[in-house]
Amino acid sequence: MDVIHLDQVSFQYSKGFALREMSFRMQKGEVFALLGPNGAGKTTTIRLVNGLLNASSGSISVLGYDPYQNGVMVRSKTGVLTETPALYERLTALENLTFFGKLNGMNKTDLNKRIQELLDYFDLSSHANQRVGTYSRGMRQRLAIARALLHHPELLFLDEPTSNLDPEIARQVQELIVKVKKEEGCSVVICTHRLYEAEQVCDHAAIMHEGKLLAEGSLQELRDAAGLAKRVHFTFQKPCSAGLTTELAKLDSVKSAELQGEKELLLGVADYGRVPEILTWMVGKGLAILSVIPEVPSLEEVYFKLQGKDEVKQ
Amino acid sequence: MNLKHSFTIAQKDWLEVRQNKSTFIPILIVPLFFIVLIPLLFTLVIPNVAGGVEDFTTDPDMQNLFAAMPFEMKSVLNGLDSTQTMIVVALGYMFAPMFLIIPLMFSSTIAAESFAGEKERKTMEALLYLPISDQELFIGKVMAAGIPAILITWICFFLYTIIVNVVPYTIFGRFWFPLPVWWLLIFWVSPALIAMSISLTVLISTKAQTFQGAYQTSSAVVLVVVVLFIGQLTGVLFLSPVVALIMGLILWGIAAVIGRIGVRSFSRQKLLTD
Repeated sequence: MDVIHLDQVSFQYSKGFALREMSFRMQKGEVFALLGPNGAGKTTTIRLVNGLLNASSGSISVLGYDPYQNGVMVRSKTGVLTETPALYERLTALENLTFFGKLNGMNKTDLNKRIQELLDYFDLSSHANQRVGTYSRGMRQRLAIARALLHHPELLFLDEPTSNLDPEIARQVQELIVKVKKEEGCSVVICTHRLYEAEQVCDHAAIMHEGKLLAEGSLQELRDAAGLAKRVHFTFQKPCSAGLTTELAKLDSVKSAELQGEKELLLGVADYGRVPEILTWMVGKGLAILSVIPEVPSLEEVYFKLQGKDEVKQ
Repeated sequence: MNLKHSFTIAQKDWLEVRQNKSTFIPILIVPLFFIVLIPLLFTLVIPNVAGGVEDFTTDPDMQNLFAAMPFEMKSVLNGLDSTQTMIVVALGYMFAPMFLIIPLMFSSTIAAESFAGEKERKTMEALLYLPISDQELFIGKVMAAGIPAILITWICFFLYTIIVNVVPYTIFGRFWFPLPVWWLLIFWVSPALIAMSISLTVLISTKAQTFQGAYQTSSAVVLVVVVLFIGQLTGVLFLSPVVALIMGLILWGIAAVIGRIGVRSFSRQKLLTD
């Protein structure tokens, strides 16, 4: 079942188009990453999907509803971590969560129990009665995530969820995403610049640039769309001969060959299915192979390739 | 529409305003000045200063004012001695329009704080993602500004009534306040001014990005009070019950028109795109 379906959706602010003919589908229980630089249209997409904005053209369906026409219904089933934590700094954590819980229709008993559970999980219990204005950036981000999860949403939107977090808490958030997906069947949309993190948790991703969708699909589909070479890393017991790469390059199944030191070789292959054929050839040549490791292009490589920047930025 | 949602939003705003002492304390000082210091000046200080009362009642401008007064006001002053006349004219008559500053200050401060303040502190977006309608959100914000403004006005009126009756009791030997026009002023004109002020602030807040911007522009409503005060002092306009009734009607009309435009301007999309 599609939890989100965008069909040729465009949206125009007074300054110009923020989104142009955007289409994608997201399945129930998936973790879906929206990737792109600032101004790509990620936040506008979240606003449209939650019925805060009305699309200039195209159609949107969220959990079976038109979000602009049924905004209250849709938002009762979604939880959103906004780009900035958007917390009331003069109020305590407890007052913040109580306010948002009440407006999400939670009864007092369930709300108190859930607040305690989330404060414990995010290690904020001892600061529950402290004003949010006194919190560090990381604490605010954790509290904002707790707020998004408060009412057990069916669909969770996390805009840069791990920004401002130290590595330990960032890892905890990643684990939480997997946990809410598995245990609560929650579908999750993540907007992030941290491609490595997205790769760890997402099932599908959409890569956006200046309001346009560059590619969408599973990570494998994105790798295919980027047309990046499939690579295999070989380690040998003994040093290789200098002519090995020239001989390998003549094989149909090999796209490129590069020696990395004396005993290591990186091959670009047409298909991983043809690796056994290459192995047979190497064994026939008397090469003692210690390891064969396929090197899958990272999401970061795919992203920069699709954005038209071949170089992977660190 | 679920009014409980609106009330929850209003409660949150009250809690925020209460925690913000830099906003809260100045708006408490003004009522304190109007309902305590000024009454004490006219009932305790001036009557006990040699020549104080005579200076007030024999002032040529005051004489012109007495001459231009309508019949119903003159009948109130009939039979009063000069000290009683001074107190009634100053606290029961001249001061009446200034009292309207209290609801105006409260409503415009809280309304600007609750609308433009949310935008300024970037908390508005989290609010917009809640499962509440635009209407509930709008009503919640109006309640947040309107209810305390009305309550504070009524409390101030109650305290003012006690002070101006009890402190000069030995001078009058009876309770003389409120004069008839005050009932209309407090329960008819004040709510109309509050409604107008909030509607204007809402309208401005959808465009303004900061609390200060919204507050300064919406504070222009105070001109209504200034015009009324000058009108009273110069004898051009007397705040009689009929005038108060008509004034209230006009203000409610203006509030309705601005409010309608405000409601139309208040949508999630407009807040995010303007």
